[in-house]
Amino acid sequence: MNKKHLSDLKDGQTAMVKKLLSTGRMRRRLQDIGLIEGTEVECLQKGPGGDPVAYLIRGAVIALRSEDSSKVLVF
Amino acid sequence: MGLTKNSTGFKAANTDLIVKKTALEDRIIALAGNPNVGKSTVFNSLTGLNQHTGNWPGKTVASARGVCRYNGRNYVLVDIPGTYSLMPHSAEEEVARDFICFGRPDAVIVVCDATCLERNLNLVLQTIEITPNVVVCVNLMDEAKRKKIHIDLDTLSKRLGVPVIGTVARKKRSLDRLLHAVETVFEKNAGCQPVRVDYGSQIEQAVEELTPLLIHKFGSTINPRWLALRLLDEDKTLAAPLKDFLKTDIYCDKLITEKLNSVRLKLEQDGISRESLRDRIVKVLILTAEEICRGVVSYDKKTYNSGDRRIDRLLTSRRAGIPIMVLMLLVVFWITITGANYPSGVLAGILFWVQDRLSDVFMLFNLPDWLHGALVLGVYRVLAWVVSVMLPPMAIFFPLFTLLEDLGYLPRVAFNLDKYFKKCCACGKQALTMCMGFGCNAAGIIGCRIIDSPRERLIAVLTNSFVPCNGRFPTLIAILAMFFVGTSGGLFNSVLSAALLTLLILLGVGMTFAVSLLLSKTVLKGVPSSFTLELPPYRRPQIGRVIVRSVFDRTLFVLCRAAAVAAPAGLIIWIMANVTVGGNTLLAHCSGFLDPFGRLLGMDGVILLAFILGFPANEIVIPIIIMSYMSIGTIAEFEDLLSLKQLLIENGWTWITAVSTMLFSLFHWPCSTTCLTIGKETGSLKWTAVSFALPTVVGMAVCFLFANTAKLFV
Repeated sequence: MNKKHLSDLKDGQTAMVKKLLSTGRMRRRLQDIGLIEGTEVECLQKGPGGDPVAYLIRGAVIALRSEDSSKVLVF
Repeated sequence: MGLTKNSTGFKAANTDLIVKKTALEDRIIALAGNPNVGKSTVFNSLTGLNQHTGNWPGKTVASARGVCRYNGRNYVLVDIPGTYSLMPHSAEEEVARDFICFGRPDAVIVVCDATCLERNLNLVLQTIEITPNVVVCVNLMDEAKRKKIHIDLDTLSKRLGVPVIGTVARKKRSLDRLLHAVETVFEKNAGCQPVRVDYGSQIEQAVEELTPLLIHKFGSTINPRWLALRLLDEDKTLAAPLKDFLKTDIYCDKLITEKLNSVRLKLEQDGISRESLRDRIVKVLILTAEEICRGVVSYDKKTYNSGDRRIDRLLTSRRAGIPIMVLMLLVVFWITITGANYPSGVLAGILFWVQDRLSDVFMLFNLPDWLHGALVLGVYRVLAWVVSVMLPPMAIFFPLFTLLEDLGYLPRVAFNLDKYFKKCCACGKQALTMCMGFGCNAAGIIGCRIIDSPRERLIAVLTNSFVPCNGRFPTLIAILAMFFVGTSGGLFNSVLSAALLTLLILLGVGMTFAVSLLLSKTVLKGVPSSFTLELPPYRRPQIGRVIVRSVFDRTLFVLCRAAAVAAPAGLIIWIMANVTVGGNTLLAHCSGFLDPFGRLLGMDGVILLAFILGFPANEIVIPIIIMSYMSIGTIAEFEDLLSLKQLLIENGWTWITAVSTMLFSLFHWPCSTTCLTIGKETGSLKWTAVSFALPTVVGMAVCFLFANTAKLFV
């Protein structure tokens, strides 16, 4: 089975975080805003030009660049 | 657009941890919280001060302090930058962490956003780990009510073991209850034990093994449990402030390091490596917050923020996002230009009528000519020009911009533009600092602290002055009105001038991208770094407050600064125009010297001289140009822009001169305040010099190319 990344979500789709692949500061930043294993994330919409993308994470809207969202495994 | 005394240098970079008490019984209260939860609004309401507020994360980049009085006691409140966590990742977050941990506040108020409580509790739990004297302030209760979110504050307070107060920061009454709660925190046996986060048996055991040593060594100076956790976590950013605070390097203490190593080894044998330890700590905090919120927060409507989503779908949509942004800019400029035209004329009429009366007074008392010239024709006249040309556009532009800021539109601008910043290897938050630059470049440069990566922060600092600040707007507007759209008014003309101004701004933005890219590819090489950008919920702006704040805080402040610079500048110009050396006035000497160079750039010596004298404040450039021409020519009276245009044309202005002057106004050295701020923020003379030279070289190149190309076609 192919691994699914947060960046693969289409507008309106929801997924559960499986694993954070990012390291260092970005990993901590994502954890701070509540993105940990088991967190439910909804892809809200892509920005002009398709990047960054706005996600709904624990009630807050957070925009992530594709480089970063592709380092989050979801299922 | 934080344009107050605090943000433009006087108190700006105040990051020291020592807070002075005026009396022994004064209490120091830290105001902490996630970004954009209304900390500064709470701070302002409590202290009566005017710390800059607005709906976007990262406004408060340095701590501000103020005093409020309650029940006969002074509380020194410290407004610290917003942070998601006390395990910091950026300079401003370190400021926040250091103050809570080492600033010895007597209590901490953690301000939370009622519409997003669960995530905010992460910070609450971390704060409680450091000090038991915590009061949780659940702010924005009105917004929560509007979104039909119900919060059981009593249960929340029981679960957290600290007082929880729901507030609407704009309403003073709800803040009285907050102060009352702060007071009770100091009464011992307040009845509750703060919640203790359980990190699981292995980590807890490790902490237990370390704490006796730490208590033995440091007593009660620092919370041993918190310190043990941080030591296990090997938080690198903590080493230096910890050393300062404890007056000893903990990593040099043999007993502690030995114990630490053995405990860590044991953890590793249990399968908890260093990286997974941090993961566990964070995870437990988040799950605990989730657990606490269960049953405390309930939505009446599952789709409580569908309104925001609908607006976002339009304002940040793939196709319409950027066009709408440009259109919005255009509308703001159109309102500014149309609205400013009439009051400008009226103000000029009044102020120059006053000038005539002043002259009468001087005549009446037979005062010497030179005194009349220096004070009335020099100082007063420049002041009158500054006020009549600058005040109306500022008084209209600022409130409009503040309105957009309060609504929460600025983060959407950053969201829309991020893709282009990424292409330039820069950070999307640079868009926020550029927005602040619209108000004042110095404020924009301090705002660059919100950018985590030092390389990207430096790029944002160096390119900030490519966005025209309010000091340059009126110059652009006046020249546009005179040379390109006529002053006769009419809908078509005003729309045209707004469109041209928008075009100029877009040119500035384009240049920002170009120079950012150039820097990223040459001296500041690097790849774009990661960042998260929060898009806060839209909030209903308080129109009254917006107007009061933007007029008093910003407009009058800027105007006073401009006037303070304009008065001596007027005197200097008058002296230069009236002191004769070798048959010519000093002014003629100076402008004559600069003239060949000015002509090369499509301008003349007087204009260049005005830009040089305008170094302390860009606002005075146009008034100085007018003064200089007037002192050379013979025309004495000016009523409106039309007669002004006549004066400029008589002095050889063409449309090429006008465009060159606008281009140079857009791209030239930053003003003195901005230069000082850059020096302070970068801590480097070299980068300050670069930030001075960069726009200057760009401006000269652009003007040279434009003027000499245009001349070929005329």
